[in-house]
Amino acid sequence: MENIGALALLLAFCLAVYAILGSLIGKWKSKAFLVLSAERAVYSVWFLLTLSAGLLVYSLLTNDFRLSYVAGHVNRDMPWIYKFTAWWGGQEGSLLLWTWILSCYCALVVFQNRRKFRDMMPYVTATLMVTQAFFLCLITFPLSPFQVLAVGREIMAVPDGNGLNPLLQYWAMAIHPPTLYLGYVGFIVPFAFAMGSLITRQPGDAWIHTTRRWALVTWLFQSCGVLLGAGWAYAVLGWGGYWGWDPVENASLLPWITGTAFLHSVMMQEKKGMMKVWNMVLISSTFFLCILGTMLTRSGIVSSVHAFAQSPIGKYFAIFLAAHIAVVVYLILDRLEYLKSESQLESVVSRESSFLFNNLLLLASCFAVLWGTLFPVISEAVTGEKISVDAPFYNRVNVPIGLFLMLLTGVGPLIAWRRSSLDSLKRAFLWPTVAGLATIGILMGLGIRHFYALISFGLCVFVTWTVIAEFFKGAIAIGAKTGQNLAAAMVELTHRNTRRYGGYIVHLAIVFMFIGFSGAAFNLDKTIEVKPGESFRLGAWDLKVKDLQQGENPNYRWGHLVVDAWKNGAYVATLKPEKRSYRAARTDTTEVAIRRRLNEDLYINFAGVGEDGRPVVQAYVFPLVSWIWVGFVTLIFGTLICLVPSKVRLQFPKTKVLGVVTQDAPVPR
Amino acid sequence: MKRYGKFAALIVLIIGTLVWLAVGGIQETKTYYKTVAELGGMGENAYDNRLRVAGDVQDGSIQRKGREVSFALRQEKLTLRVVYNNIEPLTDTFRDGAQAVCDGKMGRDGVFRATRIQAKCASKYEAKPGQKPAVQKQT
Repeated sequence: MENIGALALLLAFCLAVYAILGSLIGKWKSKAFLVLSAERAVYSVWFLLTLSAGLLVYSLLTNDFRLSYVAGHVNRDMPWIYKFTAWWGGQEGSLLLWTWILSCYCALVVFQNRRKFRDMMPYVTATLMVTQAFFLCLITFPLSPFQVLAVGREIMAVPDGNGLNPLLQYWAMAIHPPTLYLGYVGFIVPFAFAMGSLITRQPGDAWIHTTRRWALVTWLFQSCGVLLGAGWAYAVLGWGGYWGWDPVENASLLPWITGTAFLHSVMMQEKKGMMKVWNMVLISSTFFLCILGTMLTRSGIVSSVHAFAQSPIGKYFAIFLAAHIAVVVYLILDRLEYLKSESQLESVVSRESSFLFNNLLLLASCFAVLWGTLFPVISEAVTGEKISVDAPFYNRVNVPIGLFLMLLTGVGPLIAWRRSSLDSLKRAFLWPTVAGLATIGILMGLGIRHFYALISFGLCVFVTWTVIAEFFKGAIAIGAKTGQNLAAAMVELTHRNTRRYGGYIVHLAIVFMFIGFSGAAFNLDKTIEVKPGESFRLGAWDLKVKDLQQGENPNYRWGHLVVDAWKNGAYVATLKPEKRSYRAARTDTTEVAIRRRLNEDLYINFAGVGEDGRPVVQAYVFPLVSWIWVGFVTLIFGTLICLVPSKVRLQFPKTKVLGVVTQDAPVPR
Repeated sequence: MKRYGKFAALIVLIIGTLVWLAVGGIQETKTYYKTVAELGGMGENAYDNRLRVAGDVQDGSIQRKGREVSFALRQEKLTLRVVYNNIEPLTDTFRDGAQAVCDGKMGRDGVFRATRIQAKCASKYEAKPGQKPAVQKQT
């Protein structure tokens, strides 16, 4: 069985290499049959990878403890669903998942475009297959998931496995890696098309039109992946945060930031023919950051609490990345003339300018995060001392950037292309500004003095107002024309231009998240040792620890505290924070008890038992944190709306430069 | 070109502010990774900077006195005494033989005062039961 799996991987690797050579040589010698056979090789790679992934999953589900991967990540008493998710619970398996997802994408791309872009497709296929071959090389040679446990030449099985890390036995963690990978891997497709278009010197932006949906779906997966990870950290890890600027978290955020910048700046190319080089650079960087992210999480270059074990694959990644960067830089520089901008920036107060600053800020944030993440590596190379930076560094840089971006979220969509007059600015922004300032005034009146929080809430109101005003303005205009009521007119409006109004909904989602982030300025926490029967105060809450109960099941032993929560003297809820001790993995975990409400979460963690047997309780109040998850759902909804085809086919009028008239040049007649 | 002048001024302003914030942030939070051996040779510097030392918790060295936990951190052949005195209990992964990363400052008495300890069981993610296959490298 393991031989078939390993053989399938080896064959897939050979076929991937064949697909690269076949499509390149076929294109070079104009042999259509070679190109076609390369495309068939892509399907075969998918088939072989599906087969070997299937075999690995089968071994996991049937407890085949001869395999070192199975023995390391599964035990007999685990529920079958976590046996399945153990597929991506460790290094080798998650690389297999990565590769398998990539092969699915490749097969899909080749199938979708089997009759389109005939001159570009061989290069697209080759670009995709280079990455495919690279990852196949990793799981075929240094990190095979089908490694058997052996003593001498004897294969031997262990009676029971180690089990999946208990921290990973949680629903959000079960689906977080696949979602994140769907995002990570997906950015390769727009990148491959960008490369195809660059190599064949396509003047237009066909690659952007064909990959817009890819980019959007991928971005959605990436967002979900990042947010699921945050949600898991919040609900499981027991330290009460959702984001700690850990290198691994940063690795997932980096391509998301450049991806977001890309989604915005392609609009400039579509509508004004500007920023062509920039878009090439952005999509390439996004792809590089995806690879870098995989490298950071898989190679242990930067130490992290949850990076995987050290492994020798770092240098493979470094070579792969360096080669790609060199090729992309060469291609862009060599083909600059095909990427000339068709129009120019005219005014600082214009839509173009707001896009420009949006990109600048996103890139600055990306750079800061990257810098901080790699700081130990950089400082060691430069000064010989390994120095790390901590969360306050990231916050100091990213909080102002975030707030500025929030401002642009409100301003950008309403400001005119080319240039805006003072009058139109006043018309668009007078009321939102008043509302925002009024919010800040009211909050200050209520005694809130936190500077960033005040600005953030003000901006949230400002942006919400502009977005809602856009919906109402459009809907009222449609209602007046067609006689529909307001709600129907709004649906009609959104349907007519799904990209624009879906985008507004995503902007609203970001507002919700910012509300959630700002709540962190008012967090309360307390760590205390209490005997059952005692109670303590936290803000407006009275928490009474009533009892400590214990029990066990085949998977783990547990003990939980029964805590009655009273607010302002009235009984509200009973929470049961739990501590579990998993048998197979011999590790303890905590199950946090959270009472989630939109105004505030009450979060209680049973942290451990003190020296004299008294339970240690960590209690937190997190105001507004639930809005992050509200924003999450809204973001999914808005992005899905963007993906619905618009009812009205939109024609973007482009400003074309037909010629330049200078004073001393003769005017053509 | 005047148009672009405005853009350039704004961009310089934004980038400048961010760089200023970043430099401040780095100064404020930078932590030096040191090995136990290097700590000895640092002289005065050892007492001023935030340090991070990693090593293994020596078997049987963990002593708890009330809330205070003290233990010996072993790196190769050297050991360092570490004291942790924080209300936040140490995670369950902190036990004999675990890899621990300690953040804190060096005391004048040669004892390292940790303000944060991250511990992971040596085999937490890539645990192998029974016999280890020869190919697998453990760190």
